[in-house]
Amino acid sequence: MPIKFDHVTYEYPMEEKPVVAVKDVSFEIADGSFVCVCGENGSGKSTLAKLMNGLLQPTSGTVTVDDKSTATEVEKELFAIRQKVGMVFQNPDNQMIASIIEDEIAFGPENLGVPREEIGERITYALDAVGMSEHRHHTPYKLSGGQKQRVAIAAVLAMRPEVLVLDESTAMLDPKGRAEVLKVAHELHAQGITIVLITHFMEEATQADRVIVMSSGEVVMDGTPEEVFRDREGIERYDLELPIVDDVAAALSQQGVPIEDKIYSVSTLAEAICRSK
Amino acid sequence: MNNIVFGQYYPTGSVVHRMDPRIKLLAVILYIVTVFFIKDYTMYGAILVFVLGVSCVAKIPLKVLLRTVRTIIFLVLITSIINLFFTRGGKLLVKWGVIKIYSEGIHHAVKLTLRLILLMLFPSLLTLTTTPMELTDAMESLMKPLKVIKVPVHAIALIMSIALRMIPILMEETNKIMLAQKARGADFDSGGVLKKAKAMIPVLVPLFVGAFRRADELALAMDARCYSSVAKRTKYKVMHLSVRDLVGGLICLAVFTVVFLNKYLWAFDSMILALFK
Ligand SMILES: Nc1ncnc2c1ncn2[C@@H]1O[C@H](COP(=O)(O)OP(=O)(O)OP(=O)(O)O)[C@@H](O)[C@H]1O
Ligand SMILES: [Mg+2]
Repeated sequence: MPIKFDHVTYEYPMEEKPVVAVKDVSFEIADGSFVCVCGENGSGKSTLAKLMNGLLQPTSGTVTVDDKSTATEVEKELFAIRQKVGMVFQNPDNQMIASIIEDEIAFGPENLGVPREEIGERITYALDAVGMSEHRHHTPYKLSGGQKQRVAIAAVLAMRPEVLVLDESTAMLDPKGRAEVLKVAHELHAQGITIVLITHFMEEATQADRVIVMSSGEVVMDGTPEEVFRDREGIERYDLELPIVDDVAAALSQQGVPIEDKIYSVSTLAEAICRSK
Repeated sequence: MNNIVFGQYYPTGSVVHRMDPRIKLLAVILYIVTVFFIKDYTMYGAILVFVLGVSCVAKIPLKVLLRTVRTIIFLVLITSIINLFFTRGGKLLVKWGVIKIYSEGIHHAVKLTLRLILLMLFPSLLTLTTTPMELTDAMESLMKPLKVIKVPVHAIALIMSIALRMIPILMEETNKIMLAQKARGADFDSGGVLKKAKAMIPVLVPLFVGAFRRADELALAMDARCYSSVAKRTKYKVMHLSVRDLVGGLICLAVFTVVFLNKYLWAFDSMILALFK
């Protein structure tokens, strides 16, 4: 059922000259994986995300979800794709429709024509999954950024998606909110939902199965976090900031602590330090 | 209760609060028509007693109810003063230079004041006991017959509810922009009306630009969650008319009918008058 990009190019039609946002990109996102997409501003990450659920349709090449092309005009087919590939955006205030959280969660299932009783069950499930059950009857207005984003995730979960795409959904949050959202993402991943996390924060990439780096619309690096971070030249060329754990590990090894200097996650670092004693 | 941020909703959990919003809305419409037809003081008194009775049942403190009148006090003063001085007829009571006050003028002024205040009070009770969301739902439900003549009832209701949701967000944004402009030396407080209006331009421009960007993102988020104005949706929240709602509605209807028809119910009228003598 993976999402498959086959030589996909996307151009934003502009008056003078179209802007090529995604350039001849091919890859597959496997079922149940946790993929992180990084890259500098304007590298085409959001465009890539919108191509995944048919919000944008490729100028050339094909995007398929469950072997069905997103290039369709039939609303029903498009909705089937968007139900499978849920998307959460950056600004929580700009993606909420209702004034009561319960109604917000119900919006997606209502659009899909889910029967009333089942919508109730889905709301319970979705709010429970993001740990927001006690806010069911409240307004989203007074919540913290992290809580609002969790509600936005719940609103997508209620549509029972197979893939959850988070387009810089942590970018506007404080560290606490970011941690909340990431925790939810990992929990959902553990439940079998495929996660595509688009982010500026390289720490978030350390916990992924796979990191895709974009630059000027092209996929320039693709591999496990270890593989990507080991490529120092690439890291420098694409202006990626390595996670702080890596710096700590390098500094420690310089100080003569006997650990490998290329460590990319807090847990491996902790293990290495314990082992080194 | 922290779940209402906008409007003047005053939660007490009373019977009136729990009443079907459609009945409340219909009652208010009937009430307004009735008030326009009242001519004599007895009936003004009767309606006032009715309104105060309802506010008692709704457990709305008198202070809160009267606060809503404050907003129109200026309008009331101006119109009654104009009526006082410019109505001719009846006995001439005061003559002072060009100013002449007739007995008719006093009657007019008092009746107008009563009418305006009554017109304010009952609809205020509606907004004090009903959340904006319930009101939109009620309007959608009442407008349903218009679907036959192809009025996009659901879209209209959705627009209203999104507007309601955006109001606090945009107010907050206005404050932020004003602070930012103040930090750069903008002056909103001094000068005449024209100068003040001019000072608002640097606030309104970014506000509008921001609002359009929000609208764009919201549309995208709605697309991503399969919204379609034509497809068949289900509705999670349905309103049920209970016996209690019907009884409440009938009581209102009875009161309004009596007041409305009091001219023709001569016997009843003279009975009331006899009571007051
Ligand atoms: N609606 C649009 N119309 C025209 N050009 C666009 C539009 N949206 C994006 N672009 C352009 O396409 C390119 C890729 O944009 P995209 O938003 O996909 O990048 P991004 O990696 O998500 O950037 P960011 O980190 O800022 O979110 C950029 O050069 C951008 O200017
Ligand atoms: Mg982006």
